[in-house]
Amino acid sequence: MSATSWGWLVLLFPLLGSIAIAVGFRALPARVAGAIGTATIGIAFLCGVAMLVNLLGDAPDARHHASSLWDYASVAGLDVKLGIFVDPLSTFMVLVVTGVSALIHLYSFGYMRSDEGYHRFFSYLNFFVFSMLLLVLAGNFVLLIVGWAFVGFASYALISFWYRRTTATRAGMKAFVINVVGDIGLVLAALLIFRELGTFEYGAVFAKAPEVFSTNEWTITAICLLLLVGAFAKSAQLPLHTWLPDAMEGPTPVSSLIHAATMVTAGVYLIARTHVLFVLAPTAADVAAFTGLATLLVAATIALVMTDLKRAIAYSTMSQIGYMVVGVSIGAYSAGMFHLMTHAFFKALLFMAAGSIIAAMANEQNIDRMSGFGKAMRFTSATMLCGGLALAAFPLTSGFFSKDEILAYAGARGGMYVTFTVLGYFGAFLTAIYTFRLLFRVLHGEPCPEAQELIETGHVHHAHPFNPATGEEEDTEVGFPGAEHHIAEQSPPMRIAMAVLAFLALFGGLVQVPGVDNVIADFLDPVFADSPLAAIHPSTSWSWIGLGIGAVISLAGIGVAHRLYVARPEAPARLKERFALVHTFLFNKWYFDEAIDLFVVRPALAVGRFANRVFERAVVDGLVLGTEDVVGGSGRVVRFVQSGFVRSYALLLIAGFAGLALYFLLSSS
Amino acid sequence: MEAVLFFAAAIGALGGAIGVVALRNPFYGVLALIVHLFSLAVLFLLLSSAFVAAAQVVVYAGAVMVLYAFVVAYVGGETEPIGDPIPGQKFLAPLLGAALFIELSIAVLGSSLQALDTHGPDVHAGFGDPAGIGRLLLERFLLPFEASSILLLLAAVGAVVLAARREPSEEAAGGSSEHSSEAPAERSEDPPAASFHAGGVPS
Amino acid sequence: MNIEWYVVLSSLLFAVGAMGILIRRSPIVILLCLELMLNAGNLALVAFSRMVGNQQGQVFAIVVMVVAACEVVVGLGLIVALFRRKLPLDVDALRELRG
Repeated sequence: MSATSWGWLVLLFPLLGSIAIAVGFRALPARVAGAIGTATIGIAFLCGVAMLVNLLGDAPDARHHASSLWDYASVAGLDVKLGIFVDPLSTFMVLVVTGVSALIHLYSFGYMRSDEGYHRFFSYLNFFVFSMLLLVLAGNFVLLIVGWAFVGFASYALISFWYRRTTATRAGMKAFVINVVGDIGLVLAALLIFRELGTFEYGAVFAKAPEVFSTNEWTITAICLLLLVGAFAKSAQLPLHTWLPDAMEGPTPVSSLIHAATMVTAGVYLIARTHVLFVLAPTAADVAAFTGLATLLVAATIALVMTDLKRAIAYSTMSQIGYMVVGVSIGAYSAGMFHLMTHAFFKALLFMAAGSIIAAMANEQNIDRMSGFGKAMRFTSATMLCGGLALAAFPLTSGFFSKDEILAYAGARGGMYVTFTVLGYFGAFLTAIYTFRLLFRVLHGEPCPEAQELIETGHVHHAHPFNPATGEEEDTEVGFPGAEHHIAEQSPPMRIAMAVLAFLALFGGLVQVPGVDNVIADFLDPVFADSPLAAIHPSTSWSWIGLGIGAVISLAGIGVAHRLYVARPEAPARLKERFALVHTFLFNKWYFDEAIDLFVVRPALAVGRFANRVFERAVVDGLVLGTEDVVGGSGRVVRFVQSGFVRSYALLLIAGFAGLALYFLLSSS
Repeated sequence: MEAVLFFAAAIGALGGAIGVVALRNPFYGVLALIVHLFSLAVLFLLLSSAFVAAAQVVVYAGAVMVLYAFVVAYVGGETEPIGDPIPGQKFLAPLLGAALFIELSIAVLGSSLQALDTHGPDVHAGFGDPAGIGRLLLERFLLPFEASSILLLLAAVGAVVLAARREPSEEAAGGSSEHSSEAPAERSEDPPAASFHAGGVPS
Repeated sequence: MNIEWYVVLSSLLFAVGAMGILIRRSPIVILLCLELMLNAGNLALVAFSRMVGNQQGQVFAIVVMVVAACEVVVGLGLIVALFRRKLPLDVDALRELRG
């Protein structure tokens, strides 16, 4: 079987799983549905491995295969096929997506067990994995857009999973609308590409682009900027990031899968895939890099003051994706993808642990009310610690190697890119602080009442389901972690998933230790060989110096967090008082939501109101009613002919005949 | 000689026609039409169509007019009201009649039919005889002949159905329905069989 | 007399009949005027038959007479039915079918 056949199988299984669970949702018992869902992703992962093995059988520069099933649209110069493209980059993404998804499915198998919408959840989740794989494996821009849109829909469906919760549905709509903005950018970019190059296929586009465009021509810059709009909307970079924190309304496995490991990395994948175009438009690449840097810093500062556990982790995701965007924009392609992989591991793990803790807190997500879970939930806190260490780039964890590789590359590229290294290290410092702020606040200290209950009785705290944001009562009929909450300590599937991820978070980085081994880079480099930027390599010694700096910064950050939250617990309150303005600014997320409301939402609503009041009433209604009046009026006039008098009809008849005869007589004379 | 006969018959026909149109009493109109039909028969004879003239007298003037006479006697002839509810009708009608006549005449006379100027070709002695017509009817025009016999049947059945006596309730209902007319004709039922319901006005 | 005299007479009688229909209000008289028009047509047919020299026009005239007879029968049946239902025998009064 060729690599592309395995590729088709990878796509097939999640789709089949989604359909099977959706069709049989009444017939299948809950555990069977969950098992089907998890199994299909597991099989997809195995097919991905087979695809990898098959691909490794080829010579390094021959590892790209395209395969198409049938013509999608073949008309008037347009030739779009339903085709996939298998190369190291897509195989890498497939493995990351299916691997992490399989573990998250396993986690959800236990976590969502008391939820009424169990079947719906697994069907949607499988559909999401299918669409993400479609996005990643697509061989042309049209199929990419299809996968992109499907992923957006799946995200919407899963964010508003508990659809009777107003906050959830609003968050889903917000996410979808912002995603659509990105979709517009992506579609426009694809259309421009077609107009300039005449094709949508990846191979043809990337081969023709250097010939057709000269560097920094305005068309290629426009294309790249439009691609960036799409990428930023999907990856929650400034300014299209406001949907990500609200997306935490969805169930925790959803946050873990979509909004940490897979969907939000689609933008990074896009930039990496179209790197040829970005090489031709360095301005656009720099725009991307600086936006990534800005997001990195802004999100890190907000995460410092966030009190909602999941939202804090969401801002952390945003910040780390900023690193990835910086990486693939400045030329550190393999480093960026490596960080994507390690981030998937530790962020998914962090969300899983957070889910476990929130379940123990009976769905309370405010860390002000949490403390002391280190004593109450040993397994969860251990895995959370692993994830936190990786996120904070503690020496020798996976995050340590991946993050510093990007920063080392930036330093090696030199020039203005050294700012990226400097600010990147500053961001790493902030990352360490906020990560361990969360960890110390939640795990350390005296057990809060819920934790106490857990320690003493072994039962999870029960609470009346209500929405803390709006105070309204939850409707458990559409699903909601019901009366039974599930924590990792009580659910074997959750423990297995978290254990695997903890192992990967700690030791996953050892595949790419500078000077020792280069597994990821060796695998991915042939894809990026056509970029001059890929030739830049930081020397091993500089890499190790960078790693050393990174280790120092990480430990410093952990130390600051320890001082603030363990040694001197009253310090944060004093700091908040002294920097009250700054704190308010950060707590309100730099007022991005308000700004968007003012500059985008209100004008749109005003236009709509104008259209309704003026245009609709005056013009459209005027036209329609006016036509109605004209027709009625003319009818009223014509009606007089039908008088009912036989003699007048006879008169008209004879008069008509006389007229006709006259006409014929005259015309023939 | 022939011209004299022609003009006499023509004046008779025209007089009869104008009589039908102008006379108020329908019974007199029927009589005028009978005169008209006889004149036309004379004209047919002048045109060597003996059988058609005979059919005209026997069928038309004989049967059809007698039917008319019966109906007029049954219905009774009353004078028509003077006023005309349709505006312009009394003015336009003669105008259109005149226009029609002029146009038809121009159409005929102005046409390129040379034979109109003549007497017509010399015809054999039995030109208007029933033999020739009968042969045509049964040989060449058999289908129209049969079709017209069916038509006659239909007409007879239709007439019986239309004029048949209905149940007394139906006729009373028909009589009492409202109409936007000026002087609804008020007629009592003649046959005693239908007047057994109360309130019948004696005729 | 030439044929054209007969034909002109026929068109004159036709016009008189048409005018009669437009003027009179009693259905019986209207039917009589209709008879006038049909007879005028007959006259024209017979005249042309004489002009052409064969008897087909005469056959046509006989068929027209048959048709006229049928039409009279039905029309008079209608009038009798109208009379029986005590409806006014005035075409201007019978105008329920109107727009």
